[in-house]
Amino acid sequence: MSSSNGREGCALVTGASGGIGSAIASALGADGWPVGVNYHAGEAAAGETVRRIEDRGGRALAVRANITAPEESELLFATLEEHFGRVLVLVNNAGVRSDDLAISLSDSDWGCVIDTNLTAAFRTTRRALRGMIRERFGRVINIASVVGPRANAGQANYAASKAGLIGMTRTVAVEVARRGVTVNAIAPGLIETDMTEDLDGSLMDAVPARRAGRPEEVAACVRFLASEQAGYVTGSTLYVDGGLGA
Amino acid sequence: MSTAITQEQIQLVVIESLQTFGADPEDIAPGVTFEALDIDSLDLAELSQIVHEQFGVELKGSDVAEIKTVEDAVKLIAARA
Repeated sequence: MSSSNGREGCALVTGASGGIGSAIASALGADGWPVGVNYHAGEAAAGETVRRIEDRGGRALAVRANITAPEESELLFATLEEHFGRVLVLVNNAGVRSDDLAISLSDSDWGCVIDTNLTAAFRTTRRALRGMIRERFGRVINIASVVGPRANAGQANYAASKAGLIGMTRTVAVEVARRGVTVNAIAPGLIETDMTEDLDGSLMDAVPARRAGRPEEVAACVRFLASEQAGYVTGSTLYVDGGLGA
Repeated sequence: MSTAITQEQIQLVVIESLQTFGADPEDIAPGVTFEALDIDSLDLAELSQIVHEQFGVELKGSDVAEIKTVEDAVKLIAARA
């Protein structure tokens, strides 16, 4: 099966050296998309993701870029356009946490999380939309979180960024829907990754499924939203959280 | 650059773009408003991209807000080319 459907273009996954991003990149590569595997610090992990895609006959390119820097974000797109053509599937996955109670949260902890999780995602979305509206096809998939719609003490910055991402998703979806471009969010709950390994184990009691999710379960939803078959799904948020947000 | 691009070339690109956006070719004329052609803000944003790619002319959001007719667009692009 090839969900890229013979289109001249590629997928870009930001923050693809991490657990969820790597799984998403692999899933899109398996669907026939050439994949831009963006990373900032995890060069070895990004290289491993590329190898995994290539081993299965796919095409991928690891591209280092700090997406909070506008010029690096632009260079990331220019590099992918040169190698694979327009970015037709954009997965805004890069995200950071810097937790503290709001009363103690520093301006830099606030700014860093908003810059990475929300502002950088807006910038990549704006850039990708140019090619998508010309192509009359595009898929923007924002990896939000169940935190945002739900409260989580110690994560005011993270919650604000992810709730912002969901708001951005809805509005941009409405703006570009008539060009065949869909914009959706996925809200993972507790997923087994490096980013969640330090979280309090008692959180699991709040998950109706009584287990953490797997990165591949998030990737499967991205794979669907990126597909031709999901062309009428836009502005939505898909929860992948074992019932946590229900 | 400015001597290489004629008003006719610009008009051709604008008209082709409007047709791509769904405007009826029979309705497109210099004095016709974008509103009458059912051309919306997203169409004009895309027209700005096309104009930038074809002629290297950058139209800002405030420029686009000023142009109401096909003729307005052609004249503005020609003035910037």
